[in-house]
Amino acid sequence: MSRVRRFNPDRDVSPWKGPLRPYDLLKEVTVAFRVVAVLVVGLAVLFGSPDEKAVTIKSWSSANAVDFATTAITELDGTSATATYGPPYNATPDASQKIGPISLQKIAGVHQPVNTTQDFVLGPLTTIAPQNPTLTGALATFRSADDKQKADWEAAYETSVAKAEWMNGVLVVPPGAYGPVATMISSLTSMAQSGALDTSMVDQAHFYGTNYTKSLLFVADGTYLEGLATSQHLGGDQWGMMNETGSFPGQAWLWAYTMWYQVWPFNGPWSANADVLVWALMMVLTLALIFVPYLPGLRSIPRWTRVYRIIWREHYRSSKV
Amino acid sequence: MTTTTPRDPAAPLPEDADQWTAKARGALLERLPAEKLLPDRQPAYLSSAIYLFGALTLAALVIVMATGGVLALEGPTWWHVSSTGLFVNSLHLWSVEAMFFFMVIHLWGKFFMAAWRGNRQLTWMTGAVTFATSIGAAFTGYVSQTNFDSQWISTQAKDGINSTGIGAFFNVLNFGQMLMWHIVLLPLVVGLLTGLHLLMVRRRGIVPPFALDANGKVSRDVEVEQ
Repeated sequence: MSRVRRFNPDRDVSPWKGPLRPYDLLKEVTVAFRVVAVLVVGLAVLFGSPDEKAVTIKSWSSANAVDFATTAITELDGTSATATYGPPYNATPDASQKIGPISLQKIAGVHQPVNTTQDFVLGPLTTIAPQNPTLTGALATFRSADDKQKADWEAAYETSVAKAEWMNGVLVVPPGAYGPVATMISSLTSMAQSGALDTSMVDQAHFYGTNYTKSLLFVADGTYLEGLATSQHLGGDQWGMMNETGSFPGQAWLWAYTMWYQVWPFNGPWSANADVLVWALMMVLTLALIFVPYLPGLRSIPRWTRVYRIIWREHYRSSKV
Repeated sequence: MTTTTPRDPAAPLPEDADQWTAKARGALLERLPAEKLLPDRQPAYLSSAIYLFGALTLAALVIVMATGGVLALEGPTWWHVSSTGLFVNSLHLWSVEAMFFFMVIHLWGKFFMAAWRGNRQLTWMTGAVTFATSIGAAFTGYVSQTNFDSQWISTQAKDGINSTGIGAFFNVLNFGQMLMWHIVLLPLVVGLLTGLHLLMVRRRGIVPPFALDANGKVSRDVEVEQ
Protein backbone atom coordinates (compact mmCIF):
# COMPACT_ATOMS: atom_id res chain seq x y z
CA MET A 1 0.00 0.00 0.00
CA SER A 2 1.32 3.43 -0.76
CA ARG A 3 0.09 6.94 -0.36
CA VAL A 4 1.45 10.37 -1.06
CA ARG A 5 2.78 12.43 1.81
CA ARG A 6 5.62 14.83 2.41
CA PHE A 7 8.70 12.74 1.68
CA ASN A 8 11.55 12.82 4.17
CA PRO A 9 14.61 11.13 2.65
CA ASP A 10 16.03 10.42 6.14
CA ARG A 11 12.90 8.53 7.15
CA ASP A 12 11.16 7.30 4.01
CA VAL A 13 12.04 5.21 0.99
CA SER A 14 10.44 4.84 -2.39
CA PRO A 15 9.37 1.28 -3.19
CA TRP A 16 11.92 -0.69 -5.17
CA LYS A 17 10.70 -1.29 -8.70
CA GLY A 18 14.03 -2.34 -10.17
CA PRO A 19 15.26 -5.81 -11.04
CA LEU A 20 15.79 -8.69 -8.63
CA ARG A 21 18.70 -11.08 -8.76
CA PRO A 22 19.20 -14.64 -7.51
CA TYR A 23 20.33 -14.69 -3.90
CA ASP A 24 20.99 -17.88 -1.92
CA LEU A 25 20.60 -16.74 1.68
CA LEU A 26 21.37 -20.08 3.35
CA LYS A 27 24.43 -20.59 1.17
CA GLU A 28 25.71 -17.14 2.13
CA VAL A 29 25.26 -17.86 5.83
CA THR A 30 26.95 -21.26 5.49
CA VAL A 31 29.92 -19.79 3.62
CA ALA A 32 30.15 -16.99 6.22
CA PHE A 33 30.19 -19.60 8.98
CA ARG A 34 33.00 -21.54 7.32
CA VAL A 35 35.07 -18.40 6.77
CA VAL A 36 34.65 -17.28 10.38
CA ALA A 37 35.35 -20.77 11.69
CA VAL A 38 38.62 -20.97 9.77
CA LEU A 39 39.56 -17.45 10.90
CA VAL A 40 38.82 -18.18 14.56
CA VAL A 41 40.65 -21.52 14.57
CA GLY A 42 43.61 -19.85 12.90
CA LEU A 43 43.74 -17.04 15.44
CA ALA A 44 43.33 -19.50 18.33
CA VAL A 45 46.17 -21.69 17.05
CA LEU A 46 48.44 -18.73 16.32
CA PHE A 47 47.83 -16.61 19.41
CA GLY A 48 45.96 -18.71 22.01
CA SER A 49 44.53 -16.73 24.91
CA PRO A 50 46.11 -15.03 27.91
CA ASP A 51 45.86 -16.67 31.32
CA GLU A 52 47.89 -14.83 33.92
CA LYS A 53 47.43 -16.51 37.30
CA ALA A 54 45.19 -14.75 39.78
CA VAL A 55 46.84 -12.87 42.64
CA THR A 56 45.93 -14.49 45.94
CA ILE A 57 46.33 -12.90 49.34
CA LYS A 58 48.91 -15.61 49.92
CA SER A 59 50.92 -14.73 46.80
CA TRP A 60 50.62 -11.00 47.51
CA SER A 61 51.75 -11.24 51.15
CA SER A 62 54.54 -13.63 50.22
CA ALA A 63 55.82 -11.43 47.39
CA ASN A 64 55.54 -8.16 49.30
CA ALA A 65 54.87 -8.60 53.01
CA VAL A 66 55.48 -4.91 53.72
CA ASP A 67 52.83 -3.82 51.23
CA PHE A 68 50.44 -6.33 52.76
CA ALA A 69 51.13 -5.11 56.31
CA THR A 70 50.89 -1.46 55.19
CA THR A 71 47.48 -2.21 53.69
CA ALA A 72 46.35 -4.30 56.66
CA ILE A 73 46.90 -1.48 59.16
CA THR A 74 44.74 0.84 57.03
CA GLU A 75 42.01 -1.80 57.03
CA LEU A 76 42.28 -1.99 60.83
CA ASP A 77 42.19 1.76 61.42
CA GLY A 78 39.54 2.40 58.76
CA THR A 79 41.56 4.60 56.40
CA SER A 80 41.90 2.24 53.42
CA ALA A 81 40.21 2.88 50.07
CA THR A 82 37.58 0.27 50.87
CA ALA A 83 36.99 1.50 54.43
CA THR A 84 36.30 5.01 53.12
CA TYR A 85 34.57 3.97 49.86
CA GLY A 86 30.95 4.69 50.67
CA PRO A 87 28.02 2.77 49.09
CA PRO A 88 27.56 -0.06 48.29
CA TYR A 89 30.15 -1.14 50.90
CA ASN A 90 29.66 1.31 53.76
CA ALA A 91 28.05 4.62 54.62
CA THR A 92 31.12 6.87 54.68
CA PRO A 93 29.79 10.46 54.54
CA ASP A 94 30.45 12.48 51.36
CA ALA A 95 32.20 9.57 49.64
CA SER A 96 29.58 9.03 46.94
CA GLN A 97 29.93 10.46 43.45
CA LYS A 98 27.35 12.96 42.28
CA ILE A 99 25.75 14.41 39.18
CA GLY A 100 25.13 17.95 40.36
CA PRO A 101 23.35 17.55 43.70
CA ILE A 102 22.17 13.97 43.03
CA SER A 103 24.06 10.89 44.22
CA LEU A 104 22.61 7.73 42.69
CA GLN A 105 25.28 5.78 44.57
CA LYS A 106 23.95 7.07 47.88
CA ILE A 107 20.30 6.58 46.89
CA ALA A 108 20.99 2.90 46.08
CA GLY A 109 22.56 2.52 49.51
CA VAL A 110 24.75 -0.07 51.22
CA HIS A 111 24.01 -3.51 49.73
CA GLN A 112 27.31 -5.35 50.20
CA PRO A 113 28.29 -4.21 53.69
CA VAL A 114 32.02 -4.34 54.37
CA ASN A 115 33.52 -3.47 57.75
CA THR A 116 37.24 -3.67 57.03
CA THR A 117 38.26 -3.63 60.71
CA GLN A 118 36.14 -6.64 61.50
CA ASP A 119 35.98 -8.45 58.13
CA PHE A 120 39.60 -8.04 57.04
CA VAL A 121 41.50 -8.07 60.35
CA LEU A 122 39.74 -8.88 63.63
CA GLY A 123 37.44 -11.57 62.25
CA PRO A 124 40.17 -13.64 60.54
CA LEU A 125 42.55 -13.21 63.51
CA THR A 126 39.85 -14.48 65.88
CA THR A 127 39.69 -17.75 63.93
CA ILE A 128 43.40 -18.49 64.53
CA ALA A 129 43.70 -17.02 68.03
CA PRO A 130 42.90 -20.29 69.86
CA GLN A 131 46.16 -21.76 68.55
CA ASN A 132 48.19 -18.66 69.45
CA PRO A 133 48.14 -17.45 73.10
CA THR A 134 50.19 -14.32 72.27
CA LEU A 135 47.65 -13.31 69.65
CA THR A 136 44.77 -14.10 72.03
CA GLY A 137 46.29 -11.71 74.56
CA ALA A 138 46.90 -9.03 71.92
CA LEU A 139 43.31 -9.21 70.72
CA ALA A 140 42.01 -8.99 74.28
CA THR A 141 44.19 -5.94 74.95
CA PHE A 142 43.08 -4.27 71.72
CA ARG A 143 39.39 -4.88 72.34
CA SER A 144 39.52 -3.59 75.90
CA ALA A 145 41.34 -0.37 74.96
CA ASP A 146 39.43 2.87 74.43
CA ASP A 147 39.14 4.41 70.97
CA LYS A 148 41.87 7.00 71.54
CA GLN A 149 44.35 4.40 72.68
CA LYS A 150 43.54 2.23 69.65
CA ALA A 151 43.95 5.22 67.34
CA ASP A 152 47.35 6.08 68.88
CA TRP A 153 48.67 2.53 68.45
CA GLU A 154 47.37 2.34 64.89
CA ALA A 155 48.77 5.74 63.92
CA ALA A 156 52.18 4.91 65.33
CA TYR A 157 52.24 1.57 63.51
CA GLU A 158 51.00 3.04 60.25
CA THR A 159 53.82 5.59 60.32
CA SER A 160 56.50 2.99 60.99
CA VAL A 161 55.34 0.08 58.85
CA ALA A 162 56.46 1.85 55.69
CA LYS A 163 60.01 1.42 57.01
CA ALA A 164 59.47 -2.23 57.91
CA GLU A 165 61.52 -5.03 56.40
CA TRP A 166 60.82 -8.66 55.84
CA MET A 167 63.76 -10.57 57.27
CA ASN A 168 64.09 -14.31 57.82
CA GLY A 169 60.36 -14.86 57.67
CA VAL A 170 59.55 -12.10 60.16
CA LEU A 171 58.12 -8.62 59.62
CA VAL A 172 60.59 -6.33 61.38
CA VAL A 173 59.09 -2.94 62.23
CA PRO A 174 61.20 -0.19 63.88
CA PRO A 175 60.52 -0.08 67.65
CA GLY A 176 57.56 2.03 68.71
CA ALA A 177 54.45 2.32 70.91
CA TYR A 178 52.23 -0.02 68.90
CA GLY A 179 50.62 -1.87 71.81
CA PRO A 180 49.08 -5.12 70.55
CA VAL A 181 48.84 -3.88 66.95
CA ALA A 182 52.29 -5.12 65.93
CA THR A 183 51.44 -8.65 67.08
CA MET A 184 48.07 -8.51 65.32
CA ILE A 185 49.41 -7.34 61.95
CA SER A 186 52.35 -9.72 62.14
CA SER A 187 49.96 -12.60 62.86
CA LEU A 188 47.68 -11.51 60.02
CA THR A 189 50.68 -11.44 57.68
CA SER A 190 51.66 -14.97 58.70
CA MET A 191 48.06 -16.07 58.28
CA ALA A 192 47.99 -14.49 54.82
CA GLN A 193 51.21 -16.21 53.81
CA SER A 194 49.85 -19.58 54.88
CA GLY A 195 46.83 -19.17 52.59
CA ALA A 196 44.37 -19.29 55.48
CA LEU A 197 43.29 -15.68 54.95
CA ASP A 198 42.23 -16.39 51.35
CA THR A 199 39.85 -19.05 52.60
CA SER A 200 38.41 -17.05 55.47
CA MET A 201 37.79 -13.98 53.26
CA VAL A 202 35.45 -15.66 50.77
CA ASP A 203 32.04 -14.29 51.52
CA GLN A 204 29.04 -16.51 52.17
CA ALA A 205 31.76 -18.71 53.61
CA HIS A 206 29.74 -21.81 53.89
CA PHE A 207 31.35 -24.81 52.25
CA TYR A 208 30.67 -23.40 48.76
CA GLY A 209 31.76 -19.78 48.28
CA THR A 210 31.46 -17.88 45.00
CA ASN A 211 31.55 -14.26 46.18
CA TYR A 212 35.07 -12.82 46.24
CA THR A 213 34.06 -9.22 46.94
CA LYS A 214 35.99 -8.87 50.19
CA SER A 215 39.12 -10.67 48.97
CA LEU A 216 39.25 -8.54 45.84
CA LEU A 217 38.69 -5.31 47.75
CA PHE A 218 41.50 -6.21 50.16
CA VAL A 219 43.92 -7.11 47.36
CA ALA A 220 42.98 -3.98 45.38
CA ASP A 221 43.64 -1.76 48.42
CA GLY A 222 47.35 -2.66 48.26
CA THR A 223 49.82 -1.44 45.67
CA TYR A 224 50.92 -4.92 44.57
CA LEU A 225 47.98 -5.65 42.22
CA GLU A 226 48.15 -2.19 40.68
CA GLY A 227 51.91 -2.52 40.19
CA LEU A 228 51.43 -5.75 38.27
CA ALA A 229 48.63 -4.19 36.21
CA THR A 230 50.66 -1.07 35.38
CA SER A 231 53.58 -3.19 34.27
CA GLN A 232 51.14 -4.94 31.91
CA HIS A 233 49.88 -1.59 30.53
CA LEU A 234 46.52 -1.96 32.29
CA GLY A 235 46.55 1.19 34.45
CA GLY A 236 43.64 3.59 34.51
CA ASP A 237 45.70 6.17 32.60
CA GLN A 238 46.69 3.46 30.08
CA TRP A 239 43.10 2.99 28.86
CA GLY A 240 42.62 0.64 31.81
CA MET A 241 40.22 -2.22 31.77
CA MET A 242 39.67 -2.39 28.00
CA ASN A 243 43.14 -3.96 27.72
CA GLU A 244 44.26 -7.48 28.50
CA THR A 245 47.55 -8.88 29.71
CA GLY A 246 50.05 -9.50 26.94
CA SER A 247 49.39 -8.10 23.48
CA PHE A 248 45.82 -9.29 23.15
CA PRO A 249 43.22 -6.86 21.85
CA GLY A 250 41.04 -7.02 24.97
CA GLN A 251 37.70 -5.24 25.01
CA ALA A 252 38.58 -2.82 22.23
CA TRP A 253 34.89 -1.99 21.85
CA LEU A 254 35.09 -0.16 25.20
CA TRP A 255 37.32 2.55 23.70
CA ALA A 256 34.46 5.03 23.56
CA TYR A 257 33.94 4.53 27.32
CA THR A 258 37.54 4.52 28.57
CA MET A 259 38.47 7.40 26.24
CA TRP A 260 36.58 9.91 28.37
CA TYR A 261 38.76 9.13 31.40
CA GLN A 262 41.81 10.27 29.40
CA VAL A 263 40.47 13.69 28.41
CA TRP A 264 39.54 17.00 29.96
CA PRO A 265 37.40 17.77 31.93
CA PHE A 266 36.96 14.18 33.17
CA ASN A 267 40.66 13.91 34.02
CA GLY A 268 40.71 17.46 35.41
CA PRO A 269 38.10 19.46 37.28
CA TRP A 270 35.47 16.69 37.06
CA SER A 271 37.76 13.85 38.16
CA ALA A 272 36.17 13.50 41.62
CA ASN A 273 32.88 12.51 39.96
CA ALA A 274 34.37 11.22 36.70
CA ASP A 275 32.90 7.71 36.98
CA VAL A 276 29.28 8.75 37.26
CA LEU A 277 29.67 11.58 34.73
CA VAL A 278 31.27 9.28 32.14
CA TRP A 279 28.54 6.72 32.74
CA ALA A 280 25.84 9.36 32.35
CA LEU A 281 27.44 10.55 29.11
CA MET A 282 27.66 6.98 27.80
CA MET A 283 24.01 6.35 28.64
CA VAL A 284 23.03 9.46 26.66
CA LEU A 285 25.21 8.38 23.72
CA THR A 286 23.80 4.83 23.83
CA LEU A 287 20.23 6.14 23.84
CA ALA A 288 21.13 8.42 20.93
CA LEU A 289 22.46 5.40 19.02
CA ILE A 290 19.29 3.41 19.69
CA PHE A 291 16.94 6.27 18.79
CA VAL A 292 18.87 7.62 15.77
CA PRO A 293 15.87 6.94 13.47
CA TYR A 294 13.85 9.52 15.41
CA LEU A 295 16.52 12.18 15.95
CA PRO A 296 16.52 14.95 13.32
CA GLY A 297 20.04 15.98 12.45
CA LEU A 298 21.64 12.74 13.59
CA ARG A 299 19.57 10.71 11.15
CA SER A 300 20.59 13.06 8.31
CA ILE A 301 24.32 12.36 8.75
CA PRO A 302 24.28 9.42 6.29
CA ARG A 303 22.78 11.68 3.59
CA TRP A 304 25.18 14.53 4.33
CA THR A 305 28.34 12.40 4.45
CA ARG A 306 27.42 10.62 1.16
CA VAL A 307 29.19 7.42 2.20
CA TYR A 308 26.14 5.70 0.70
CA ARG A 309 27.50 6.60 -2.75
CA ILE A 310 30.42 4.25 -2.12
CA ILE A 311 28.20 1.48 -0.71
CA TRP A 312 25.74 1.63 -3.60
CA ARG A 313 28.20 2.75 -6.29
CA GLU A 314 27.31 -0.16 -8.58
CA HIS A 315 23.63 0.59 -8.29
CA TYR A 316 24.09 4.29 -9.09
CA ARG A 317 26.49 3.47 -11.93
CA SER A 318 24.07 0.98 -13.47
CA SER A 319 21.15 3.38 -13.12
CA LYS A 320 23.33 6.02 -14.85
CA VAL A 321 22.79 8.80 -12.38
CA MET B 1 -17.85 -36.74 -10.23
CA THR B 2 -17.55 -33.91 -7.73
CA THR B 3 -14.52 -31.67 -7.42
CA THR B 4 -13.40 -29.61 -4.43
CA THR B 5 -11.18 -26.56 -4.41
CA PRO B 6 -7.89 -27.43 -2.70
CA ARG B 7 -7.81 -25.79 0.75
CA ASP B 8 -4.89 -23.55 1.74
CA PRO B 9 -3.29 -25.69 4.46
CA ALA B 10 -2.35 -22.55 6.37
CA ALA B 11 -5.91 -21.20 6.37
CA PRO B 12 -8.13 -22.27 9.29
CA LEU B 13 -11.44 -24.01 8.80
CA PRO B 14 -14.30 -21.50 9.10
CA GLU B 15 -15.35 -22.86 12.49
CA ASP B 16 -11.75 -22.41 13.80
CA ALA B 17 -11.29 -18.84 12.59
CA ASP B 18 -11.64 -17.42 16.12
CA GLN B 19 -8.93 -19.64 17.58
CA TRP B 20 -5.95 -17.79 19.05
CA THR B 21 -3.64 -20.28 17.38
CA ALA B 22 -5.31 -19.86 13.99
CA LYS B 23 -5.23 -16.08 14.31
CA ALA B 24 -1.56 -16.10 15.35
CA ARG B 25 -0.68 -18.33 12.38
CA GLY B 26 -2.58 -16.06 10.03
CA ALA B 27 -0.90 -12.93 11.37
CA LEU B 28 2.53 -14.57 11.21
CA LEU B 29 2.11 -15.81 7.67
CA GLU B 30 0.76 -12.47 6.53
CA ARG B 31 3.81 -10.66 7.89
CA LEU B 32 6.37 -13.32 7.10
CA PRO B 33 5.34 -15.40 4.09
CA ALA B 34 7.82 -18.08 3.08
CA GLU B 35 9.25 -16.01 0.23
CA LYS B 36 10.18 -13.28 2.72
CA LEU B 37 11.44 -15.61 5.42
CA LEU B 38 13.70 -17.59 3.08
CA PRO B 39 14.04 -15.50 -0.08
CA ASP B 40 15.82 -16.79 -3.19
CA ARG B 41 15.87 -13.41 -4.95
CA GLN B 42 16.85 -9.98 -3.68
CA PRO B 43 16.89 -6.46 -5.16
CA ALA B 44 19.78 -5.87 -7.56
CA TYR B 45 21.27 -3.07 -5.40
CA LEU B 46 22.29 -5.67 -2.82
CA SER B 47 25.74 -6.15 -4.29
CA SER B 48 28.23 -4.57 -1.87
CA ALA B 49 30.62 -6.46 0.41
CA ILE B 50 29.21 -4.48 3.34
CA TYR B 51 26.13 -6.72 3.22
CA LEU B 52 28.24 -9.70 4.26
CA PHE B 53 28.96 -8.37 7.72
CA GLY B 54 25.56 -9.20 9.14
CA ALA B 55 26.00 -12.85 8.17
CA LEU B 56 29.60 -12.82 9.45
CA THR B 57 28.41 -11.43 12.80
CA LEU B 58 25.77 -14.13 13.04
CA ALA B 59 28.32 -16.83 12.17
CA ALA B 60 30.70 -15.56 14.86
CA LEU B 61 27.85 -15.49 17.39
CA VAL B 62 27.10 -19.15 16.67
CA ILE B 63 30.76 -20.02 17.36
CA VAL B 64 30.73 -17.90 20.54
CA MET B 65 27.67 -19.78 21.81
CA ALA B 66 29.07 -23.19 20.80
CA THR B 67 32.49 -22.69 22.37
CA GLY B 68 30.92 -21.15 25.47
CA GLY B 69 28.73 -24.25 25.67
CA VAL B 70 31.80 -26.51 25.59
CA LEU B 71 33.45 -24.45 28.35
CA ALA B 72 30.23 -24.74 30.38
CA LEU B 73 30.34 -28.54 30.04
CA GLU B 74 33.54 -28.71 32.04
CA GLY B 75 33.11 -25.74 34.38
CA PRO B 76 34.60 -22.26 34.80
CA THR B 77 38.15 -23.24 35.82
CA TRP B 78 38.70 -26.18 33.44
CA TRP B 79 40.55 -24.08 30.90
CA HIS B 80 43.27 -23.20 33.44
CA VAL B 81 44.30 -26.83 33.88
CA SER B 82 43.66 -28.43 30.50
CA SER B 83 45.37 -27.73 27.19
CA THR B 84 42.12 -28.68 25.43
CA GLY B 85 40.27 -26.26 27.69
CA LEU B 86 42.77 -23.51 26.93
CA PHE B 87 42.27 -24.07 23.19
CA VAL B 88 38.48 -23.95 23.55
CA ASN B 89 38.87 -20.76 25.57
CA SER B 90 41.04 -19.34 22.77
CA LEU B 91 38.32 -20.19 20.25
CA HIS B 92 35.80 -18.48 22.53
CA LEU B 93 37.97 -15.38 22.90
CA TRP B 94 38.73 -14.99 19.19
CA SER B 95 35.15 -15.63 18.12
CA VAL B 96 34.10 -12.83 20.48
CA GLU B 97 36.75 -10.53 19.02
CA ALA B 98 35.63 -11.47 15.50
CA MET B 99 31.97 -10.97 16.38
CA PHE B 100 32.56 -7.44 17.66
CA PHE B 101 34.76 -6.60 14.68
CA PHE B 102 32.07 -7.73 12.23
CA MET B 103 29.24 -6.25 14.29
CA VAL B 104 30.84 -2.79 14.45
CA ILE B 105 31.39 -2.76 10.67
CA HIS B 106 27.81 -4.01 10.17
CA LEU B 107 26.52 -1.26 12.46
CA TRP B 108 28.44 1.54 10.75
CA GLY B 109 27.54 0.18 7.33
CA LYS B 110 23.86 0.23 8.24
CA PHE B 111 24.24 3.70 9.75
CA PHE B 112 25.65 5.12 6.52
CA MET B 113 22.85 3.41 4.58
CA ALA B 114 20.35 5.07 6.95
CA ALA B 115 18.96 1.56 7.21
CA TRP B 116 16.08 2.67 9.48
CA ARG B 117 14.28 4.27 6.52
CA GLY B 118 10.99 2.86 5.32
CA ASN B 119 9.55 1.70 8.66
CA ARG B 120 12.72 -0.13 9.61
CA GLN B 121 13.20 1.78 12.88
CA LEU B 122 12.65 -1.31 15.03
CA THR B 123 15.14 -3.27 12.96
CA TRP B 124 17.77 -0.62 13.71
CA MET B 125 16.78 -0.36 17.38
CA THR B 126 16.88 -4.11 18.07
CA GLY B 127 20.30 -4.19 16.42
CA ALA B 128 21.58 -1.31 18.55
CA VAL B 129 20.22 -2.86 21.76
CA THR B 130 21.77 -6.20 20.79
CA PHE B 131 25.11 -4.43 20.37
CA ALA B 132 24.83 -2.83 23.83
CA THR B 133 23.74 -6.13 25.40
CA SER B 134 26.65 -7.93 23.73
CA ILE B 135 29.04 -5.49 25.41
CA GLY B 136 27.53 -6.51 28.77
CA ALA B 137 27.77 -10.19 27.86
CA ALA B 138 31.44 -9.85 26.90
CA PHE B 139 32.22 -7.78 29.99
CA THR B 140 30.73 -10.38 32.36
CA GLY B 141 32.84 -12.97 30.55
CA TYR B 142 35.99 -10.96 31.10
CA VAL B 143 35.30 -10.69 34.85
CA SER B 144 34.46 -14.42 35.09
CA GLN B 145 37.82 -15.66 33.80
CA THR B 146 39.05 -16.46 37.34
CA ASN B 147 42.52 -15.11 36.62
CA PHE B 148 44.51 -11.88 36.92
CA ASP B 149 42.64 -10.20 34.06
CA SER B 150 39.29 -10.77 35.75
CA GLN B 151 40.65 -9.48 39.07
CA TRP B 152 41.98 -6.29 37.54
CA ILE B 153 39.05 -5.61 35.23
CA SER B 154 36.48 -6.18 37.97
CA THR B 155 38.26 -4.04 40.57
CA GLN B 156 38.61 -1.24 38.01
CA ALA B 157 35.07 -1.52 36.65
CA LYS B 158 33.41 -1.54 40.07
CA ASP B 159 33.93 2.22 40.53
CA GLY B 160 31.99 3.16 37.39
CA ILE B 161 29.14 0.77 38.10
CA ASN B 162 28.99 1.59 41.82
CA SER B 163 28.86 5.33 41.04
CA THR B 164 25.55 4.83 39.20
CA GLY B 165 23.96 2.89 42.05
CA ILE B 166 23.69 -0.19 39.82
CA GLY B 167 26.63 -1.71 41.68
CA ALA B 168 24.41 -2.18 44.71
CA PHE B 169 22.61 -4.93 42.81
CA PHE B 170 25.07 -5.89 40.06
CA ASN B 171 28.26 -6.71 41.95
CA VAL B 172 31.12 -7.15 39.50
CA LEU B 173 33.31 -8.56 42.30
CA ASN B 174 30.86 -11.41 42.90
CA PHE B 175 32.15 -14.18 40.65
CA GLY B 176 29.06 -16.37 41.05
CA GLN B 177 26.70 -13.55 40.09
CA MET B 178 28.79 -12.48 37.09
CA LEU B 179 29.11 -16.04 35.80
CA MET B 180 25.34 -16.53 35.93
CA TRP B 181 24.79 -13.28 34.01
CA HIS B 182 27.42 -14.35 31.49
CA ILE B 183 26.25 -17.88 30.78
CA VAL B 184 22.47 -17.62 31.33
CA LEU B 185 20.84 -14.20 31.36
CA LEU B 186 22.79 -12.18 28.81
CA PRO B 187 23.17 -14.95 26.19
CA LEU B 188 19.41 -15.46 26.45
CA VAL B 189 18.76 -11.77 25.82
CA VAL B 190 21.33 -11.56 23.00
CA GLY B 191 19.87 -14.69 21.41
CA LEU B 192 16.28 -13.43 21.61
CA LEU B 193 17.18 -9.97 20.31
CA THR B 194 19.21 -11.44 17.46
CA GLY B 195 16.25 -13.63 16.50
CA LEU B 196 13.91 -10.65 16.58
CA HIS B 197 16.37 -8.55 14.59
CA LEU B 198 16.65 -11.24 11.89
CA LEU B 199 12.87 -11.63 11.65
CA MET B 200 12.51 -7.86 11.25
CA VAL B 201 15.17 -7.82 8.55
CA ARG B 202 13.30 -10.56 6.71
CA ARG B 203 9.94 -8.87 7.14
CA ARG B 204 10.94 -5.37 6.02
CA GLY B 205 13.65 -6.41 3.59
CA ILE B 206 16.93 -4.63 2.90
CA VAL B 207 16.69 -0.86 2.77
CA PRO B 208 16.81 0.57 -0.80
CA PRO B 209 19.40 3.17 -1.81
CA PHE B 210 18.63 6.86 -1.56
CA ALA B 211 16.68 7.86 -4.67
CA LEU B 212 18.61 10.50 -6.64
CA ASP B 213 17.17 13.10 -8.99
CA ALA B 214 18.52 14.05 -12.41
CA ASN B 215 21.16 16.25 -10.75
CA GLY B 216 22.44 13.43 -8.60
CA LYS B 217 20.94 14.89 -5.43
CA VAL B 218 18.77 12.97 -2.97
CA SER B 219 15.25 13.26 -4.31
CA ARG B 220 12.30 14.37 -2.19
CA ASP B 221 9.71 14.11 -4.91
CA VAL B 222 8.97 10.40 -4.79
CA GLU B 223 6.29 7.99 -3.70
CA VAL B 224 6.50 6.87 -0.08
CA GLU B 225 6.68 3.15 0.71
CA GLN B 226 4.45 2.26 3.69
